[in-house]
Amino acid sequence: MTAITSSAPTAPTSAARPRGVIRDFINQQPLGALSFVVILSMTIAGIFSEWVSPYDPLHIDFAAILQPPSWEHWAGTDAYGRDIFSRIIYGARTALVISLTSSFLGSTIGAILGIASAYFGGWIDDWIQRFMDILLAFPIIVLALVVVAALKTAVLFGIDINLIVAVAIPIIPRVCRVVRAAALTIRVMPYVDAARAAGYSDSRIIFRHMAPNVVAPYLIMFTAFMAQAILLEASLSFLGLGVTEPTPAWGLMLSGNAADFYREAPWMILFPGLAISLAVFAFNLFGDSLRDYLDPRFKV
Amino acid sequence: MLRYTLQRLLMTIPTLIGVAVLVFFMLRVVPGDVVEVKLRGDGGTVSQEVIDSERKRLGLDKPLIYQFGDYMYGLATLNLGTSMWTERPVTEEISLRLELSLQVAIMATIFAVLLAIPLGTTAALMRGTWVDYVVRIVTIGGLSIPSFWFGMLIMMGLLYYWNWLPPITFTPIYVDPIANLTQLIWPAMAVGYRYCAVVARMIRSSLLEVLNEDYIRTARAKGVFEKIVISRHALRNALLPAITVIGIEFAFLIGGLVVTEQVFNLNGIGKLFVQSVSRSDFTLIQGMVMMLAVFYIFVNLVVDLLYAVFDPRIRYG
Repeated sequence: MTAITSSAPTAPTSAARPRGVIRDFINQQPLGALSFVVILSMTIAGIFSEWVSPYDPLHIDFAAILQPPSWEHWAGTDAYGRDIFSRIIYGARTALVISLTSSFLGSTIGAILGIASAYFGGWIDDWIQRFMDILLAFPIIVLALVVVAALKTAVLFGIDINLIVAVAIPIIPRVCRVVRAAALTIRVMPYVDAARAAGYSDSRIIFRHMAPNVVAPYLIMFTAFMAQAILLEASLSFLGLGVTEPTPAWGLMLSGNAADFYREAPWMILFPGLAISLAVFAFNLFGDSLRDYLDPRFKV
Repeated sequence: MLRYTLQRLLMTIPTLIGVAVLVFFMLRVVPGDVVEVKLRGDGGTVSQEVIDSERKRLGLDKPLIYQFGDYMYGLATLNLGTSMWTERPVTEEISLRLELSLQVAIMATIFAVLLAIPLGTTAALMRGTWVDYVVRIVTIGGLSIPSFWFGMLIMMGLLYYWNWLPPITFTPIYVDPIANLTQLIWPAMAVGYRYCAVVARMIRSSLLEVLNEDYIRTARAKGVFEKIVISRHALRNALLPAITVIGIEFAFLIGGLVVTEQVFNLNGIGKLFVQSVSRSDFTLIQGMVMMLAVFYIFVNLVVDLLYAVFDPRIRYG
């Protein structure tokens, strides 16, 4: 992550047309393209869960408890006879909704604070950075847990708001740092001086002139934190402090009494964990490839 | 060096005060506290009077500003207060569990660093080959596989191959080293994998950067053996940025311990933290957060001072 702190945003020259960009990306970053396919299929599973999943994820069937993987139940069933494969598909929706909103919130607030910090400088910069220092003194999951402890449970329209805020807050200072560094190089550009000389307002300069030029680090951070957010949501749910039963969530499927079935039903542990790992892996790899692609300093 | 250290220590005070203020007020923004969890948690019906008297006993009925004053006075006199749940001193609750967590953390560090140096170095030296790709996939795997699931896989493997699970009760290393190590090596591996991945990636990228430096070309041009170029000229310089990562990740290992201790049923700091969060035990949460922040700042300082030891160009006035 330190590698991109000083990256000036530069668009690849060979890719002026949108189709050229995609072909270019596939050629240069085959692993990145592959991980995008995984992300895409996860998204489809999340959006169209009702059509994709073979069973109702909440349907309890005591006649089919702890069944091993078979043609009827691809990933087996759990202690309540619920189909694990269907729960994983619905779990993709939970994971995506929470991680997308939280990393969008966290990255955007972080980016705005970072640009403002770089643009205004002086005491505003000092105060914002000192505040970020405070937030950075916590490991990600510890800060998230403190937020969970603070907000208790807050559910709005069936979405755990407390969880989204808990995942978003640790992202803010980390994005703020990187975007501030990128924005500092932009602030001294002639066009920012020109905009200021033309008498534009501060907010117009920040949003219309500077923000578009830190899109590259923003996008890289956004995808990287998608991975972190999925992992964090899964960890919190695993600890019993995130998504609550009976909502299907990957971390939740591994928590509680799942550990009692190490021997009898290893599929109960194997498949949800694989889903988390694959999703996080795909976002990490995609973020990595995006960085290599957008940041020419890393090209061979 | 001494003056620099003192200066840095003074500079940490505002940050620590900031942490204390932030956590104190965050926890009290939304109503609900330990009394409700304790008395009404299991759906029990307890009259409001009982709740009120319990609040009064714990000092939760006082105005916020008084509570804050008490808390800050306690911090200034290094008194973290008593847990609202067990009503034992916070420092006692922490110190009971510190040994176990610290040992897992140290073992994880050893495991991670010993594995990360060869992994990162070979990846950098064989850049673009299949070896590099394999290392890249293994390290991204370390960042992606949740440590709690990795821990569960380890447990399943132990059960399947040896029909054995690590014991739950903690044996200190000076009582029975073998029992202690066979118990703690598994959680250390579970948290160490991610740690190792982070360090290996750092070593790879910083070694690649160093290998482009002029002094490496000079060393090669004057006919120094490639082995010596790598080990003495390149690796020594490339390890500097790695030290930072090793230090910060060590301070942040508690993050991995929070979930891993749950999997292995270990009674350590991480488990205590999760417990205090689910019980809304404010004093214990505050105490642990302060401890972690102090630890993090201390490790950061040590890392910066180590820089001066390893890099003769850096001198602190």
